Amino acid sequence: MSTAPIGHNVSLERRAWNIRRHAILMGEVQGQGYIAQALDIADVLATAYFHAMRYRPDDPEWDGRDRFLLSNGHYAIALYAALIEAGIIPEDELETYGSDESRLPMSGMASFTPGMEMSGGSLGLGLSIAVGKCLGLKRKGSDSRVYTLFSDGELDEGSVWEAIMSAAHYKLDNLIAIVDINNQQADGASTAVMGFEPLTEKLDAFGWFVQRVDGNDLAAVRAAFDAAKAGYGQGKPSIIIADTLMGKGVPFLETREKNHFIRVEAHEWQLALAALDERKPS
Amino acid sequence: MKSATAKAGAGKPRLTTSAMIASIAGEGQRTKAAPFGHALVELAKQDSSVLGMTADLGKYTDLHIFGQAFPDRYYQMGMAEQLLFGAASGLAAEGFMPFATTYAVFASRRAYDFIHQTIAEEDRNVKIVCALPGLTSGYGPSHQATEDLALFRAMPNMVVIDPCDAHEIGQAVPAMARHRGPAYMRLLRGQVPLVLDEYGYSFELGKAKLLRDGYEVLFISSGIMTMRALEAAKILESDRIDVAVLHVPTIKPLDTATILDCCAKPGRLVIVAENHTVNGGLGEAVAGLLMREGVHPAFRMVGLPDEFLAAGALPTLHDRYGISTDALCTRVKGWLN
Repeated sequence: MSTAPIGHNVSLERRAWNIRRHAILMGEVQGQGYIAQALDIADVLATAYFHAMRYRPDDPEWDGRDRFLLSNGHYAIALYAALIEAGIIPEDELETYGSDESRLPMSGMASFTPGMEMSGGSLGLGLSIAVGKCLGLKRKGSDSRVYTLFSDGELDEGSVWEAIMSAAHYKLDNLIAIVDINNQQADGASTAVMGFEPLTEKLDAFGWFVQRVDGNDLAAVRAAFDAAKAGYGQGKPSIIIADTLMGKGVPFLETREKNHFIRVEAHEWQLALAALDERKPS
Repeated sequence: MKSATAKAGAGKPRLTTSAMIASIAGEGQRTKAAPFGHALVELAKQDSSVLGMTADLGKYTDLHIFGQAFPDRYYQMGMAEQLLFGAASGLAAEGFMPFATTYAVFASRRAYDFIHQTIAEEDRNVKIVCALPGLTSGYGPSHQATEDLALFRAMPNMVVIDPCDAHEIGQAVPAMARHRGPAYMRLLRGQVPLVLDEYGYSFELGKAKLLRDGYEVLFISSGIMTMRALEAAKILESDRIDVAVLHVPTIKPLDTATILDCCAKPGRLVIVAENHTVNGGLGEAVAGLLMREGVHPAFRMVGLPDEFLAAGALPTLHDRYGISTDALCTRVKGWLN
């Protein structure tokens, strides 16, 4: 029962496209931003906010909502785009992205932004908070789910594995984690910085319900969210390993040399918009 | 580690050394068992949002008493302090009031960023209660939290409490709960000395209290150093040295008005005594306050040195590092002469 503000018959493809467009417009405001990550995760966020999650755009703190924790705070540009699309943040506010006094700082923080449930930035925090929220929701007798997105680089953090162990220990089947495998972290390819494969087998051995999907295949992502939600009551936390392509949806960014922080020249923001507009779904 | 009970020379037993856990109660001193655990049980009877959480140190932070009384409100998070505080933040965000316990070293050093970001920055209603503050373990630097007050003082939003005894801990627990927001309290556990009840004392968050007055020396102290200062004052009295003791259990926010008022009284040697490194704790907080406000009494600091402390028996170490009652008396006399 996600209550989308603009039309109920908008396709997920169009939602994802809108999210990408909001993100590019924000990136243009600052002339920088983690735009390649925003583009790679747009399909996951569209599915979360327009297929899976329960929330009220006009009451972002409604207790019956599903929680979404952005552990990788530098993906804030992507989440703001989703929150704008969801009607939680007014669209015209994207012009303030990263500016003084804005509610949309470049790294996501709970106290700044409606719909932002945690303060990220320091990586590896989200899953631990999610464990606490899941325990709390169960205590309250709530059937709300906790979704948390984190990045493949965060798998290097020991705290992530503390949380992974505890979520299984406490049988937190109201937890749905999504890890973005774009294979890029600050110092290079994530698998080269610190090998984390075989991830599916590892997480399975830790007692989680594990699905690995192409994170830019909307049908696959949607099916994975459905299966994860259906796991409620089964006693296992759920994780969706989403393999994604940085820059997805803007061909010249998809093929640009991979880097954690992809540089976009001033004139390229409009080119990116144009490239996206050429691929506008119905 | 050599046997703790090895005999020396003429058969005089050596002090038990290097134990992780040792009571700080003196021989024959009045004590109360597990004041934190019992106070939390009482609080939890009144407030259903109160939860207990620990990282494999329930028994060693007296939280097991809460766990026995409210098994379903007690969360064992395993030996994982980062998870402990992150999850406490999550529970607080859902409307609960977790009391999360571990040793002070692990909260202040290992989990600092988690407390900083998920609790302090997000302003979550989490109470952090940590055993083995300062030099209250003979186990060595791994368990001696000599810098916790400096670290938590530096953290925005964090209230910092260094209680003296069982009486104060019993009152500080409900007071922490009445304060909405993050708070850190140093914990004395096990058989905890009872001292302040004799002084008609009651804990108020953010308040310093003059426990005894005197015209020659003013001790400003927190935690177990208030107990030591009171003992020293009694001993020095027999040497006709008149000592006042101002107890400052809330390190942050500091009761600046009372401290300034006491320090402005002319002619007294002001000595700040703390069970903490001299860097960044109560001593420097008071020094900075006096300097900023233009109040300049004769001023000395008693605290732990800026070094990694030795392992050994607590009485030996307290003498060596100058925070025993005898050491306090010796230094006061030296400074007055």
